[in-house]
Amino acid sequence: MKQAPTIKAALYMKMVTLCALVTASVLMVNQTAFAIELSKQQNQPVPAGEKPVDPYVQSNDNAGATPMTDDTVYHQFGGMDGISRIVDDLIDLSSKDERIEGIFRATDLVRLRRTLKEQICYILGGPCDYTGRDMKESHKTHGITMMEYNALIELLQVAMEKEGVAFRAQNKLLAKLAPMYRDIVLR
Amino acid sequence: MAMVSASLLMVPSLSHAQQIETGGKLLLTRGISTFEGSGGGGLTPWALITGNETNRGIGGSAHYTHVMLSDYQLRTYGAAAGFYDRFELSYTRQDFDTQDIGTALGLGEGYTFSVDVVGAKVRLAGNAVLDQDTWMPQVALGVQYKKSNRGDLVAALGATNDEGVDVYVSATKLILSQSLLVNATLRYTKAHQTGILGFGDKASLQPEFSVGYLVTKRLLVGAEYRFKPNKLAFAKEDDWMDIFAAYAINPYATVTLAYGMVGDVATIANQKGLYATVQLGF
Ligand code: HEM
Repeated sequence: MKQAPTIKAALYMKMVTLCALVTASVLMVNQTAFAIELSKQQNQPVPAGEKPVDPYVQSNDNAGATPMTDDTVYHQFGGMDGISRIVDDLIDLSSKDERIEGIFRATDLVRLRRTLKEQICYILGGPCDYTGRDMKESHKTHGITMMEYNALIELLQVAMEKEGVAFRAQNKLLAKLAPMYRDIVLR
Repeated sequence: MAMVSASLLMVPSLSHAQQIETGGKLLLTRGISTFEGSGGGGLTPWALITGNETNRGIGGSAHYTHVMLSDYQLRTYGAAAGFYDRFELSYTRQDFDTQDIGTALGLGEGYTFSVDVVGAKVRLAGNAVLDQDTWMPQVALGVQYKKSNRGDLVAALGATNDEGVDVYVSATKLILSQSLLVNATLRYTKAHQTGILGFGDKASLQPEFSVGYLVTKRLLVGAEYRFKPNKLAFAKEDDWMDIFAAYAINPYATVTLAYGMVGDVATIANQKGLYATVQLGF
């Protein structure tokens, strides 16, 4: 009977050790997960001025269209300089247009400018890779309607006109972008 | 039939439409108004649905068309509504004025044949404007109920009926990479001269074609050809054709100028002339 407290103490010690072990291993697993997370983020460094996004697999397939086989239209757009001005204009116009500006209020426009320029350059047969997310993933939370989609196309036309891109060349880009409505327009 | 029922299931039910929107189509993509009231080119209906609405709204259009043929004048005016970019309903009145030639025909000067045309169209499949990565066109099925106000006269000229129904299927495709718009329509009809001279017993299938080239986002130029039956004994009936230019002033107003060639009409040969349409829509 006198031994009893000692046995209890020993049992208690064992339980504490067990708990510590379990906690430690859980912590270790957590840390491994954290390390994996970290390495993914390190694979996709966040460009200066941009906010980080959830990890995703980068691929030109994310651009959502097959690129043109030569760079004729790319040059009709004035190369990367022309595309850059068009995208900047498009984003400025979109951020002011009452039909769609609300959708862009919370958007990281620095990232959007970069990825959209890459996407158009890549699709027009220019020397770029697209590093952004695919169209479904990029737009899934925005509930974009057909009217909003067409509004953006109209603004893109305005931006291309302003840049002086020939109408036939404009339509070649629009022909590549138009079918993306299937991934972007959700209601 | 399976296609029809599938498309009907895709119509948003009214209870789901929280608010009904207006507007949203790109310039010119509601089509213009045919002289029979349906959305299309000038002579032939297209698979496009009238009105500027998208899948979440309603739209409408109204038109006035004036055709100055060598000896006749045709005036048509009417209105149409589009629902969810899927259904179209239209009503048009056609006044075919025989002017001076009415005397020669023994009808009296300015004798006018009028036809009421009530049309309905449903888009079955495809998106003519956005489906640029496939050859699948936008396809629609339409009907036009036509009633002449000159039953006795068209009967005397050989018609067996003063009313009739045309049924048509249209396939329309914008080929953006080439800035081209093409349409093919197949019509089942018993009409003589589209119904102006009444309707017969024998139906026939008649193809109709349109091609257009987008010069700018506002300007479409093109040509149309409409095959016609030739089933009246007293006068030959010819195919119709036109060349046209349609200009969208803004999302609400489109003007079309055309030159139409309609051949012989009621024994008067080689009718042709200017064709002008003003279409207002929302
Ligand atoms: C063909 C049409 C369109 C193309 C090619 C396009 C392209 C893109 C691209 C490349 C991105 C960035 C992807 C990334 O961050 O990895 C993006 C994001 C975005 N787009 Fe679009 N887009 C289109 C239509 C639209 C429309 C119609 C709207 C709204 C009216 C819209 C709103 C947005 C917004 C708000 C984002 C930011 C998403 C976020 O960071 O959560 N886009 N789009």
